[in-house]
Amino acid sequence: MIALAVLRRLLVALATLVGVAIVVFVLLRVVPGDPVAMMISPGASAADVAALRAHYGLDGSLLSQFAVWVRYALRGDFGTSISLHRDVLALLGERLPATLELATAALEFAVIVGGATAIAGAMARRTWAESVIDAVNGLLLAIPDFVWALALVLAFGVVWPLLPLTGRVNPSVAAGMATPFYFAESLARLRFDVFFDLLKHLALPTLALGLPLAAVIARVLKGALNEAMAQDYVLLARLKGMSELRLVLQEALRNAIGPTLALTGVQFTFLIGGTVIIERIFAYPGIGNMAIEAVINRDLPLIQGLVLVFAVIFILINIAVDLLVALFNPRLRHA
Amino acid sequence: MTEASVSSFPAASGPNLATRRLRALLAEPKVTIGGGFILALIAIALFAPWIAPKNPLDQDLMLASLPPAGLASAEPGYYLGTDDLGRDVLSRLIYGARIALIVAFVAASLAALAGTALGLLAGWYRGWVDGLISRLVDIWMAFPPVLLSILLVAVLGAGVGSVIAAIAIIDWTRFCRVVRAETMAQAQADYVTAAHAIGFPPFHILMREILPNVVPALLALVSLEMGIAVIVEAILSFVGLSVSSDTPTWGGMIAEGRQFIHQTWWVFAAPLAALFATVLAFNQLGDGLRRALDPVLRR
Repeated sequence: MIALAVLRRLLVALATLVGVAIVVFVLLRVVPGDPVAMMISPGASAADVAALRAHYGLDGSLLSQFAVWVRYALRGDFGTSISLHRDVLALLGERLPATLELATAALEFAVIVGGATAIAGAMARRTWAESVIDAVNGLLLAIPDFVWALALVLAFGVVWPLLPLTGRVNPSVAAGMATPFYFAESLARLRFDVFFDLLKHLALPTLALGLPLAAVIARVLKGALNEAMAQDYVLLARLKGMSELRLVLQEALRNAIGPTLALTGVQFTFLIGGTVIIERIFAYPGIGNMAIEAVINRDLPLIQGLVLVFAVIFILINIAVDLLVALFNPRLRHA
Repeated sequence: MTEASVSSFPAASGPNLATRRLRALLAEPKVTIGGGFILALIAIALFAPWIAPKNPLDQDLMLASLPPAGLASAEPGYYLGTDDLGRDVLSRLIYGARIALIVAFVAASLAALAGTALGLLAGWYRGWVDGLISRLVDIWMAFPPVLLSILLVAVLGAGVGSVIAAIAIIDWTRFCRVVRAETMAQAQADYVTAAHAIGFPPFHILMREILPNVVPALLALVSLEMGIAVIVEAILSFVGLSVSSDTPTWGGMIAEGRQFIHQTWWVFAAPLAALFATVLAFNQLGDGLRRALDPVLRR
């Protein structure tokens, strides 16, 4: 029964992916800019242009181009980047870890800060402290990551120059890294100089991405906690002499976490989407920054590969969230 | 039926529905403050040629990189200083409000129109119509919105029209999802059953009975969408894909100011503050509208 539900979910995901691939493909083929004209020198002959067009398979019909692309993509071959002259899959492999590190850091920050705020707010029910938390939360929710990122640039670039504004790591510090997963590698090899340099570079983009999500988590979890704290079983535990903190953590949190989890998952996909512009602002070398470059350079194979990677991440997160929510909800688990 | 029982029926006594809703709106501080700010901004944008102290495009390298009034070596008349080309920051800020507001109003209206139409169809006819539209929404939601907007503007060519089209094409899903759910909920209501019983044709019920009840939820969403549109326009200007650099935009000013942030931080800070305040105002207005118009929240 559960296997069937998962299978159905995966089929829908596959259909969505095919839809995304078709939409991007059609969109990109109506781009007015000619990628061949951009990569060849102005004096080239018509024969040279035609040869290059044939080389990249740009001379066939839209349908045949799509068929070719799908055939190769299924074999794991996403083509060659037109602007960087390199294998798309290899480029994605180099850049994706940076984006995953950033997104994970932002998610961890949001869960810790948002969760702690919610618990503090639930313990300070109906006091001035709760009003302060609500007001700050409201402001964080109203302003999107793009504006927070720029405000952080202003604050840390001009007023208080403490943290680096651009890049992922100081190249001279990270010279000996063997994998693109700098975080895990620096920890595994006990290279703490690299680790702290990574943290310093991650701080501002993580804050920009994580603050709005922390506010969402804080608001929803606090609401759910407050609701749970009014239940009879909490009253019973209170009469037994349990402390307020233990009440919140042991009794209320368990029942409040389900709805928060579902919403956090949806918001996490928004955060992944936000990495595109945040990476641009902080010149962070992830796939989002590369995507903007690719669009500006009309690099069709690269854009195609990047959008599919984003779509796969979105869909995987959605499936993971559904499974986690089912895991935390006993009613759904036994159904 | 006696006189008393008739007059106790809410619709028959006191001011009509529109007046009561207007009063509820004006009693909500978020609506008056947020809406007031937006109205002031509209006035500034409309009367920009009379309000702006300088021509926003005039360059004067003798007066380049002047700091705002009150700081050392500031020049009188340049209240927010000048950029690296000697253009007046305050005047550019005032003219930048024009693009921001045009994009906000037109893009949000178009997205609302398209999303509401599809949401009504999906929620009312259900079946394969709903299946098709919902699948389309799923595909749309699998794109990172910023990336999709940059892609679309690259396809359509830079310019205000493309920015507006891109926002409408991306964000119709927000309206579609809410309107679809709301239409499904309203379709269960007694007044719809009554309309069926009277013999109204289904499309008439959808447009004349259900749509007016979906509008309050829609208004708040439109206000929020306007804030989003202002941000998206700023993002596209920041990336260099919105209007040409001759037209001052907040996002364009931010991108220019970012290059010289250590020398002339005010070129960066002024449009950022404008963006911050405008988005906050649209957001508060939307929040206030939702509170004031939602009968459940109002009680």
